[in-house]
Amino acid sequence: MKPQPFAYRRASNLADACAMLDAHAGNARILAGGQSLIPALALRLSQPELLIDISQLADLRGIRVTATEMVIGALTRHADIERSQDVRRLFPTLAEAARHIAHPAIRNRGTIGGSLALADPAAEWPAAALAFDMRFTAVSSKGERMLAATEFFRGLYETALEPGEVLKSIHVPLPGANRRAAFGELTRRRGDYAIVGAFVNAGISGGKLTAPRVAFFAVAAQPLLAKGAMAALDGSAGDAAALAAARACLEADLDPIADLYNGRATKLHLCGVLLGRLVAKLAA
Amino acid sequence: MENLITINLKVNGVAVTKAVEPRTHLVDFLRNELSLTGSHAGCEHGVCGACTVLVDGEIVRGCLTLACQLEGAAVETVEGLTESGAIADLQTAFHQRNALQCGYCTPGMLVCASALINEQPQASREEIREYMSGNYCRCTGYEAIVDAIELTAKNRAAGQELAKVKA
Repeated sequence: MKPQPFAYRRASNLADACAMLDAHAGNARILAGGQSLIPALALRLSQPELLIDISQLADLRGIRVTATEMVIGALTRHADIERSQDVRRLFPTLAEAARHIAHPAIRNRGTIGGSLALADPAAEWPAAALAFDMRFTAVSSKGERMLAATEFFRGLYETALEPGEVLKSIHVPLPGANRRAAFGELTRRRGDYAIVGAFVNAGISGGKLTAPRVAFFAVAAQPLLAKGAMAALDGSAGDAAALAAARACLEADLDPIADLYNGRATKLHLCGVLLGRLVAKLAA
Repeated sequence: MENLITINLKVNGVAVTKAVEPRTHLVDFLRNELSLTGSHAGCEHGVCGACTVLVDGEIVRGCLTLACQLEGAAVETVEGLTESGAIADLQTAFHQRNALQCGYCTPGMLVCASALINEQPQASREEIREYMSGNYCRCTGYEAIVDAIELTAKNRAAGQELAKVKA
């Protein structure tokens, strides 16, 4: 369980990190919190020649709120999000979800940017990004660009980031007055990767759900918006008939991959159960 | 293209300067370079928690932290917490409640439990189980471990109450 040897450099700023990425095209990995990368190195699933450590870049860490959005630095740790007063006040669902990411010792080092850039299909943040319509700023030696979460996740551990690009910040639009959200995941043990999990984020107006966003994780090679279920719930009271219609869409919306313990049919069933629980939470 | 990285850090309050291979993780560094064998290398991919240590006052997985990342950091291990007496009551409670048999997971359990009691002094049994969920024990079972942690938290809270009354 020892990684293959590699070289290590501390980046002194983001431009420095991008320059090193360019100079070692294809053979370097960015080290943020390392909580997924280091085990991948130990298992020799990843064998880079160089690790570029950005973890000390203080300007990539922290949460600020503007008039229209919350901006989370890519190096903000899961533990920081869990404890942030701004997150608890504006997005309690994200603070709640943070507490389900692995264990306290891992949340003290793992970062939101690292999780998004890795794009593990069973991770919480990628699905949260879809449910809350987040956007990301990516930086390379060519400059900055914005990427929508809906365009970002392309497949198993695959994102729209180009070689040489580093995730810099995450932008979460502030919720409208009547938006409510709920999060849930089903696990065998606390801290395990979810069997299935989901975020629901919807407007509530006159007892009806408006423009609901339903994002699932651990249901395909990438996190997915359940677009059929979203259409079925839109404008409904989240009642039994609407839920039944939404659940009927899940087989077409999602593409769960069986794991050691749960087959595709089980996972689809559990997604329906979870959807019911989360819609009930919204209405409560 | 591998090169040694020189790091300056504090381990249990003692200043240390060493040149390390980049791939050396913190537990191997502590055990092999500093002979601090209290922290155990279990799974070496972040699952079991036997390697739990404190970095700058926060618990981390020693196997998921590279030694070369720790320039300027303050590391505390079970040896440091033992020598300072910071966890003497927790260790006594583990002994009294039979919260260990083989002892392999115990250093990680103690460091994690110590952080838990500091962060959540009023933790319920359910909250203790949740916080400790990343530390595996394969022989004793968790009931006695939760007992020991709960007992320590309660004793410390009672001690603080008593101190207030005396003041």
